[in-house]
Amino acid sequence: MDVLIDALRTALGPQAALYALAAVGLNLHYGYTGMLNFGQVGFMLVGAYGIAIGVSTFGWPLWAALILTIVAAVGYALLLGLPTVRLRADYLAITTLAAGEAMRLLFRSHSTEEVTGGVFGLTRFANEFYELNPIPRGRYGFGNLVFSHQTLWVMIVGWVLAVAAALLVWRLAKSPWGRVALSIREDEEVVRSAGKSVVSIKIQSLVLGGVMGAGAGAVLAISQQAVAPDAFIPEVTFFAYAAVILGGVGRAWGPLVGAVMFWFLISVFDSGIRALADTGAMPDQLFSADALGAYRFVLVGFGLMALMIFRPQGIFGDRNEMVLGDH
Amino acid sequence: MPDLRNRPGLGVAPLVLGGTTALLMLGWAVGANAPETSVLSEFPQALVDGIKFGLIVATGAIGLSLIFGTTKMINFAHGELITLGAIVAWYFQSIGLPLWLAALVAVVAGAGFGGALELGLWRPLRKRRTGLFQLLIISLGLSLAVRHIYLIVFGGASKAYSAFRVQDSWNFWGVSMTPRDLGIMVTAVLVVSGTAWMIHSTPIGQAMRAVADNRDLAEASGISVKRVILVVWMMGSGLAAVGGVLLGLDGSVSWDMGFAILMVVFAAVILGGLGKSNGALVGALAIGLVSQLSTLFSPPELRIFWALLALMVVLLVRPQGILGSRNATRIG
Repeated sequence: MDVLIDALRTALGPQAALYALAAVGLNLHYGYTGMLNFGQVGFMLVGAYGIAIGVSTFGWPLWAALILTIVAAVGYALLLGLPTVRLRADYLAITTLAAGEAMRLLFRSHSTEEVTGGVFGLTRFANEFYELNPIPRGRYGFGNLVFSHQTLWVMIVGWVLAVAAALLVWRLAKSPWGRVALSIREDEEVVRSAGKSVVSIKIQSLVLGGVMGAGAGAVLAISQQAVAPDAFIPEVTFFAYAAVILGGVGRAWGPLVGAVMFWFLISVFDSGIRALADTGAMPDQLFSADALGAYRFVLVGFGLMALMIFRPQGIFGDRNEMVLGDH
Repeated sequence: MPDLRNRPGLGVAPLVLGGTTALLMLGWAVGANAPETSVLSEFPQALVDGIKFGLIVATGAIGLSLIFGTTKMINFAHGELITLGAIVAWYFQSIGLPLWLAALVAVVAGAGFGGALELGLWRPLRKRRTGLFQLLIISLGLSLAVRHIYLIVFGGASKAYSAFRVQDSWNFWGVSMTPRDLGIMVTAVLVVSGTAWMIHSTPIGQAMRAVADNRDLAEASGISVKRVILVVWMMGSGLAAVGGVLLGLDGSVSWDMGFAILMVVFAAVILGGLGKSNGALVGALAIGLVSQLSTLFSPPELRIFWALLALMVVLLVRPQGILGSRNATRIG
């Protein structure tokens, strides 16, 4: 029972909420516009550090830091998109992955330490956010499934943002803009011959989904009251992909369902691995401190492969919607 | 489109040789005349380190480029093929094999793993007509899973090859170099030129270029495309294993070493023009030089950052790469 309650706590908590938000943005890129963004984590880094640097380093109020975050995310999306969206799909994949890594390396370097806090990052920049918390001090929940008032506050804000983003994507998909984006996913040539600008739609999609990613990063920074560069490894993007694909590619609400499912499964799996390690039935070497955390990545890796091979449209997706890059 | 008429090797060899010689002479001239411990006096050392790093990257990049050329798929799990070589060689030398023999075992294991991936995964997927996006995500998932299997089996700590750990270095013209460094560079040059010879002068190499150029035409001319792709996967994975051993010899062996260098390998491949194996060599040398020369004016931990920045700049001004043709990359 404890395992399931732990899993439920993870699946509803701030982490799932922020992954849902990042995944909604990724779904806009991948599911709606057919752009393979392998560097959503770069946007999350920009979002998290936008808040942290704005408040901690520059001493700005939270709302100003929030504006900085959005401006930075838009700038980052343009920087990435303008050189690459005209190129074959794989160039965007490589560039976004590379740019995310480049950002992490830059932010953890000694030379930027005065602004970014180097390897250790920045802390305690979200006090203003928690002062706004309208929920009375205490613990809330049913039975063993309880959250503190602070966690609950972050959770609510995170999920409200994720739902709002999904609602926006849902509305957009029904608009003329969304129809053009979907046709880009299906066949760019057709869109181009209809006289629409593929490049500008793709850039707009990259910017919008990227800002959602930055929002996820901001929620991450606020929920932990700390940012460190090594939280933004490429694997974060692949977790978001897993959420998108689990929930159904190209479905507006898919990423929300997917993120909840994803963190539920990961939490149950981690508990299972720990239980297996405790039985002592397997060699200890396979459950060293390093190894214990590695199993979930193996699961996600093989899980992504299996989903892409057998159900590329995701668990709840529509097969006819989703045979991408099949030219 | 790669072009058979454009006799590969002829245009590139002088470019690489000439460029490298010119840079070395410049480096020597600058280094010999510069005052001690200035930025300029460190220039020759950075140059040699850059060429060494570039040659190591080239062994990975050529394999990736070959695989892309024939299958049109970018293998995001290529870094794990590099790591495999390093880990297998580490294991066999730790049980007492001499390093050269352990490296040979690693190359065979790498080629075998590459071949198994082609037969067990990629060929069936091509038969199912899996789309490009799906293939890319599958290779990404493979990379994620295999990398963390290494972490579980090999452990999180870096380990060094026991042979050649400490060596006296030779000093000349302001450059210090160990016999190990020289060995790495000579091995890389031999492997790279051997591969180039194979691609340009043997029947199987010709078949590879034919498949890369136009797959249907090659098939119609009686080339067994299946076999060529299998050979390319084995060769590319074997080359990656060589790169892994050299990289491990240069620094140390760790579970994520291949993934850490993957972006640099990608940068090299794109810089040289996707699918051009000789371009990959030029691109790798350029990236190696950029990353090492950057240490002259910026902290060493940002080496890779500068290499990736160079990639972005190239994509902006010349997306087809130094040697690539324009219509290969643009879709509109």
